[in-house]
Amino acid sequence: MEKVPVRQHGHAKRKLPVTILAAYVMLGLLSVIMIFPFVWMLLSSLKDATQIFKLRFLPEAPTLDNYRYILSSTSKFPQWFKNSVIVALCTTASVLFFDSLVGYALSKFSFPGKKLIFLLIVSTLMIPTEMLVIPWYAMARAMKWVNTYWGIMFPGMISAFGVFLMRQFMQTLPDDLIDAARVDGMGELRIFLTIVLPLVRPALATLAIFNFIGNWNAFLWPLIAASKPKMFTLPVGLANFSGEAGSDWHYIMTGAAVAMAPLILVFLLFQKQIVRGIAMTGLKG
Amino acid sequence: MTLKARKAFTAYAFLLIPLVFFLTVRFGPMLYMLAMSFTNWSLMRKVPAFVGFSNYLKVLNDPVFLQSLGNTARYAIFGAPLVIVVSFLIALMLDAIPRGKSIFRLIYVLPYITPVVAVSWVWRWMYQPPPIGVINGVLGALGLPAGEFLNSTTQALPSILVVNVWVELGYCTTIFLAGLQTIPREMMEAAQIDGANARQILLKITIPLLNPVILFLTVMEGIQFLRIFTQVYNMSMQAMGGPLNSTKSAALYIYQKAFMYFEMAQAAAASLILFVIIMSITLLQLRFFDKNLSY
Repeated sequence: MEKVPVRQHGHAKRKLPVTILAAYVMLGLLSVIMIFPFVWMLLSSLKDATQIFKLRFLPEAPTLDNYRYILSSTSKFPQWFKNSVIVALCTTASVLFFDSLVGYALSKFSFPGKKLIFLLIVSTLMIPTEMLVIPWYAMARAMKWVNTYWGIMFPGMISAFGVFLMRQFMQTLPDDLIDAARVDGMGELRIFLTIVLPLVRPALATLAIFNFIGNWNAFLWPLIAASKPKMFTLPVGLANFSGEAGSDWHYIMTGAAVAMAPLILVFLLFQKQIVRGIAMTGLKG
Repeated sequence: MTLKARKAFTAYAFLLIPLVFFLTVRFGPMLYMLAMSFTNWSLMRKVPAFVGFSNYLKVLNDPVFLQSLGNTARYAIFGAPLVIVVSFLIALMLDAIPRGKSIFRLIYVLPYITPVVAVSWVWRWMYQPPPIGVINGVLGALGLPAGEFLNSTTQALPSILVVNVWVELGYCTTIFLAGLQTIPREMMEAAQIDGANARQILLKITIPLLNPVILFLTVMEGIQFLRIFTQVYNMSMQAMGGPLNSTKSAALYIYQKAFMYFEMAQAAAASLILFVIIMSITLLQLRFFDKNLSY
């Protein structure tokens, strides 16, 4: 019998090279569609106010003036950038700590009401943000949290999805290690911080990346929680700026590029974890 | 204190703050909103009075709300199947090619992780009328008539929908591909030895085995399209869901009711209606797939 070439998958083993070639052509064309908006955004951001309206692919005289303007102190983008960094980092730090703490409690301890608490937390995943923003706003107003960082951040300080993820991971940890530390007289919080957390580093990394991306991109709640431009996050600032910029498309595209830049960086640095994380969340469902 | 008691005590101590959080920031607000939807609540009024179902009636008699529900249905009915079918085909192709899987997948995932606000404005720029919009430029170069896209009451909704499909494509493709890779190779080989052709393998093995993945994605994407907000907000003139409410989604309607017209109680009623719709459709999808696609 003829030897079958080793492939990762059985699917196309017998397919003719022509079909494979056709697949490459299709996938290549699709890549162009997926990438083109980003390319067009970048090229547009390098054009000045007159070049932007000439439909030419490459800028005649590429300029960085738009970036100088957007990143200058007369523009609000640097402040919005700072706000986004603060919000995304603080919520991510909080989510990492509390979600792993809850995941740990729900996987490595037995106590009355454990199942109920887990169900309670996971069931909140079904409540869409759109429903909650109205009562959150009432709450933020009553507590004077509108236009504060805390006001923007408080709904995202703990994530039910992260609890679910961390619990799954924690279940695979060996009990012996934790019990040994307990016998040695180590405090419970110290066991968690110095023994458990280092063991779940890969899960923490996945959670951190996804949470950072989610918070960086969040729009609806930050839009409601901040009415003063000084407190806008980048997406809210960009939406507001663009809405008022009229036909200053060169500035709008530059602002969009600036809002995307940190994410493209995160994406390139952590592409493996991101792809794995997406696949994992999908298959868990 | 026994070890058992100590462990239970520790667990409760660890869970205290998170439980307070979930009760006050998730369940509390949900119940508060349910209660307020039966009152004449507004941010100005100190003591709301019970008004029965009048908010629900007002909202359900508002032609704009009904139109926004219709639009939301169109986003979901056309958007979710489109993204699932296309991403499934892409995943099949990616699974078939010997090299370059991960680089293609990377390119497709890019729109999914970038800020929706930013990509919405990029697409809005591309959709501009001639002579400045690049899509119309390409159409013109090909000798095709110019499209009105976001400026037309009939084309604006599909134009926004396409952007969301473009955003979600990489997510679904990644999940389908991961699902395809869990199918045991021996199964395909056995079928091939038995003389099954590619089409039979696809219909009798691949799709039935991917049933859980298809179900998961249908539910996720269904919800995703039913909740559509940011794209509509950023791609319609003055964030109004125009032209003439033709792109306004239910989520945008609720936002405007609450934060432009300050009709908080009506907004609460509208969002509960949307919630019930999302829940029922999700349950329907679960039942449908249970009946039709299990093997």
